[in-house]
Amino acid sequence: MYIVIVGGGDVGLSLTRLLQEEKHEVVLVEKDPTRFARLSDELGESVIMGDGADLGTLLDMGANRADVLVAATGTDQDNLVICQLAKLIYLIPRTIAVVNDPKNEELFSSLGVDATVSSTGIIASLIEEKIDAGMAIPLLAFKEGGVEIFKSQLSKESSLIDRKISKLKLPKDCIIIAALRGNEVIIPRGDTRFREGDTIIMLIRKERKEAFKRLFLEAV
Amino acid sequence: MKVVILGCSRVGAMLATELAKNGNEVAVIDSEESSFTRLPKDAEVKRILGMGVEHDVLRKAGIEEADVFLALTNSDNTNLTAAQLVKHTFKVPRVAIRVYDVQRSKAFEGLHLDIICPTVDTVERFKEFLKSEES
Repeated sequence: MYIVIVGGGDVGLSLTRLLQEEKHEVVLVEKDPTRFARLSDELGESVIMGDGADLGTLLDMGANRADVLVAATGTDQDNLVICQLAKLIYLIPRTIAVVNDPKNEELFSSLGVDATVSSTGIIASLIEEKIDAGMAIPLLAFKEGGVEIFKSQLSKESSLIDRKISKLKLPKDCIIIAALRGNEVIIPRGDTRFREGDTIIMLIRKERKEAFKRLFLEAV
Repeated sequence: MKVVILGCSRVGAMLATELAKNGNEVAVIDSEESSFTRLPKDAEVKRILGMGVEHDVLRKAGIEEADVFLALTNSDNTNLTAAQLVKHTFKVPRVAIRVYDVQRSKAFEGLHLDIICPTVDTVERFKEFLKSEES
């Protein structure tokens, strides 16, 4: 794959190294001359000096050939414009933006950025994981349909344990996809009984999640 | 009209002052306190200190009731981002921005953003001057 990364900061540089190790063709774009000089010592021709939002720069580095563009500058505004130009002018199939303010994630997706990464958002959910030990830990969120997959380890207070699934009155838009018990993966059927300590993996509509937690995971 | 202007630049300040004089309700956002000195002290303009790409700051400036939003910072990318944010999330009916970079302004015009490119305008004005000198 040919990948263009804009922004030679920590994220951009680490990503470049990682992708090159995996034998992808990578071009890193950095606009600060001092940083560029240091980067070119290590990366040679894989780094070019320029502004990723400047169309001349994008053209010079063959952006129209790129499979993926990653905007990893320190500024959300710059990352958005870079990704939009990549799509508008160069029709790059996949654009990824690093987003510092999690509130911008939704806007960026609506404006055509294929994927956004907000480390603040990720860290916040990791912190939540610490506090809510055993509670609903998000695994994956889908834009389509507002659904989410999360995991939760069942405590002894959970009303899901020690009863046949067919007897549990689970809401229609929640699906328990699997349960992990030690090394075992259980695909639930009507007569499956969950036990304390099982980790269930669920697909649920985002807005039903809190109600589900209250009713089935926490002490009644 | 309720107007929110992002960027108390020379253009931003001048526009804000005139609009306020004509009886419009005007708020100006800027991330630097010193920029507000461009406004005359008696200008009836609400001054909001903060980043115009942040939801809270825009709300403080009254974006939810705004009829018009103008992005006039010195950063093309900030103006482009703020304009799209304001149109998409706050649904402000009329949005116009200044973009200096000629290629960028052309690229984003396709997205139905009202863009004023001073570079192009200024070049045109000088070309007119040069034409008139010849005759």
